[in-house]
Amino acid sequence: MAIDITQFRQVFFEESLEGLETMEASLLQLAEGTPAEETINTIFRAAHSMKGGGGTFGFQELTSFTHVLESLLDEMRSGRRLVTQEAISLLLQAVDVLRGMLAALQAGTAIDQPQVTEIQTQLEALWHGPVESAPHPPAGLERAGAPVLSPASGGWHIAFHPCPTMLQTGNDPVRLFRELETLGTLTVRVDMTRLPALAELDPETCYLAWELTLHGAVCREQVSAVFDWVEGDCALSLTPFAAPQASGGAPGLPSPEPAMSVERRIGLERRQPAVATETNSIRVNIAKIDALINTVGELVITQAMLSQLRDGFDMRHLDKLRDGLDQLERNTRELQESVMSIRMLPISFALNRFPRLVHDLGQQLGKKVQLTMAGAQTEIDKTVMEKIGDPLMHLVRNALDHGIEPPVRRMEAGKPETGCLHLHAYHQGGAIVIEVSDDGAGLNRDKILRKAREQGLVGEDETPPDEQVYDLIFQAGFSTAETISEISGRGVGMDVVRRNIKNLSGTIDVFSAGGSGTTFTIRLPLTLAILDGQLVRVGRETYIVPLVAIVESVQIDTTLMHTVAGQSTLYKLRDDYIPIVRLGDLFCVQQDGGADTEKLLIVVESAGQKIGLIVDALLGQQQVVIKSLETNFRRIEGVSGATILGDGTVALILDSAGLLRLAQYRAGTSIGLQRAETAWQAA
Amino acid sequence: MASILAVDDSTSMRQMVTFTLQSAGYEVMEAQDGEQALGIAQSTKVNLVLTDVNMPKMDGIALIRALRALPHYKFTPILMLTTESAPEKKQEGKAAGATGWIVKPFNPDQLLATIKKVLG
Repeated sequence: MAIDITQFRQVFFEESLEGLETMEASLLQLAEGTPAEETINTIFRAAHSMKGGGGTFGFQELTSFTHVLESLLDEMRSGRRLVTQEAISLLLQAVDVLRGMLAALQAGTAIDQPQVTEIQTQLEALWHGPVESAPHPPAGLERAGAPVLSPASGGWHIAFHPCPTMLQTGNDPVRLFRELETLGTLTVRVDMTRLPALAELDPETCYLAWELTLHGAVCREQVSAVFDWVEGDCALSLTPFAAPQASGGAPGLPSPEPAMSVERRIGLERRQPAVATETNSIRVNIAKIDALINTVGELVITQAMLSQLRDGFDMRHLDKLRDGLDQLERNTRELQESVMSIRMLPISFALNRFPRLVHDLGQQLGKKVQLTMAGAQTEIDKTVMEKIGDPLMHLVRNALDHGIEPPVRRMEAGKPETGCLHLHAYHQGGAIVIEVSDDGAGLNRDKILRKAREQGLVGEDETPPDEQVYDLIFQAGFSTAETISEISGRGVGMDVVRRNIKNLSGTIDVFSAGGSGTTFTIRLPLTLAILDGQLVRVGRETYIVPLVAIVESVQIDTTLMHTVAGQSTLYKLRDDYIPIVRLGDLFCVQQDGGADTEKLLIVVESAGQKIGLIVDALLGQQQVVIKSLETNFRRIEGVSGATILGDGTVALILDSAGLLRLAQYRAGTSIGLQRAETAWQAA
Repeated sequence: MASILAVDDSTSMRQMVTFTLQSAGYEVMEAQDGEQALGIAQSTKVNLVLTDVNMPKMDGIALIRALRALPHYKFTPILMLTTESAPEKKQEGKAAGATGWIVKPFNPDQLLATIKKVLG
């Protein structure tokens, strides 16, 4: 029977990559000296599984590499070898090599052989001094050749005396005889001399012994292979005998082929060129699937109930109908939540690479850094997570390169030698917040200001508040690092970071206290597909304002409205002046007549800037599914998408940042936000 | 048809083993580690146990020992899936009561041949 096991390769790849991650994380926890048992066992198991799977699924390259790795780890595990920093570094490199190998095998491309060989040689050197350059032949190949040992020409006399306990290992003598029979003609003679009287007989003990004669040109190895599993559990003697002349010689004897064919086939299975079977898959917790199925079940029940109601409906059943519809609504909401949660993954998937990165960078830069992470189980949409990786990476690199000082400088500043880098993820009001904070030198206000003046971003005599100064680091081409290092400092970065985050409908802010560190705060929506919206009415049109953007809604007090610089209007909101936009004017929609006092002002915030929107009325709040305007129509400034309301009409979803831009463009004037605005456009 | 309990912490291995055995008509139950396997074994009787050695929680050796202590598993064939680099594991397994072993890497044909050999 031909069984195609290539179908399991994808699973093997996924599991191996996961294994590598575990391995890496554990390696980073590994202390020098004698390792913690569980940690080293975990590392060993990962290598071990990969070796076994590699061989089974036909990746010999992987097997021979992991073999060396496993042997080395085994020595550490058994305490025969101490763990050194050097060994940890080498093992981490081995993890990288394996990752590369897996990627190449998965893609069906060539493995980076020089790199593999180099690390493998180093591992071998570490393993037990200089060894033969050729690695151990991949497991299995050794047995691939047919046994060449001379067979007994006639056959074998076999004396088989099991120990009394042999049965308790599950080895049945009958099985052994059956197997021997496949090698040649077998005669069996039982020896019952040890059999006690029935009353004394213990049914679990083996009292029997056998004398066997196997006729055939079979070699010793084949015979003893049959008894492989019972070695030590029996007394076995094999005596060859010559073939009687009269029998006509070997040709007529059964071929030894059948028993060995299995062994010989090892290694024959050739790997087919890798097919592009990579799917953009997601691993989902079974509990989530169960919840989904459960909800669908309830939905079916509700549907059945409503159908039943339809037959012979009259007004007396109105209450029942209402209940049914309520239930339907509940089911729908639950279903939506369940489906959404399937796309949600713990953010640890994005954070897991940082321990290694921090370890490596710290060594490279000669800095001591301790990384702590909190909230790694916080769930986030898969798409958002994929895109947040790079910006986070950038922030972490920056923190190590520019934020945390070298040990000497830290000591001088009276801080502990080891710097702290903290990654913290948590939910806050429908958004996920990720903080990257360090206890390094903090942002240098004077340096940033000097640079900004050089670039003409800030006037010579202006002294903007700290927040605005720090915000300048998000400008394109703005870097205060004196030397451009390999790690960061090319001035491409923070602006890209902000743009990437903005593309995810998120924001990034920086807070810094000179001398005691910097904190970057990223806010991201939980998902990109659905948002909580506030429905607003402007004339006869309905628009949706994302709830997260709304700061407050106020009744308009016309005495607080001030028109400045000709056209643009500001509203005094407590101590702030905020620009206001009449949505009707902006979208050329006839707003309700009547005084402004009858209208409402919705204050929305975007990137730290507030703006007031004048609307006629607030309608309900609801979750809306975002439909892209760009794919269905075209991009419109001030509108981030559209949705379909319950009554079938299309409503536009407003984008506060875009509205701000649009309003200022229309007004064509400065309202004191111009600089921020330029920054935005540059970004 | 005979029932088999396949124990391995590696999903790909387990799937491959299960698929192979099921294609040959065996009824297969799966467990991810020794603990889970023991739980299954305590409540049902299978005709053969096939276990990996290196596993988290309870490893293969400990599982074999625990299974042999169960009255209904005293004589059940238990095969270890082991790598060649660990000959001492075979001995350890035997001492714990393993019937035999299958050396990794193996292909489906070898697996089936060995299982057939044991189950007849």
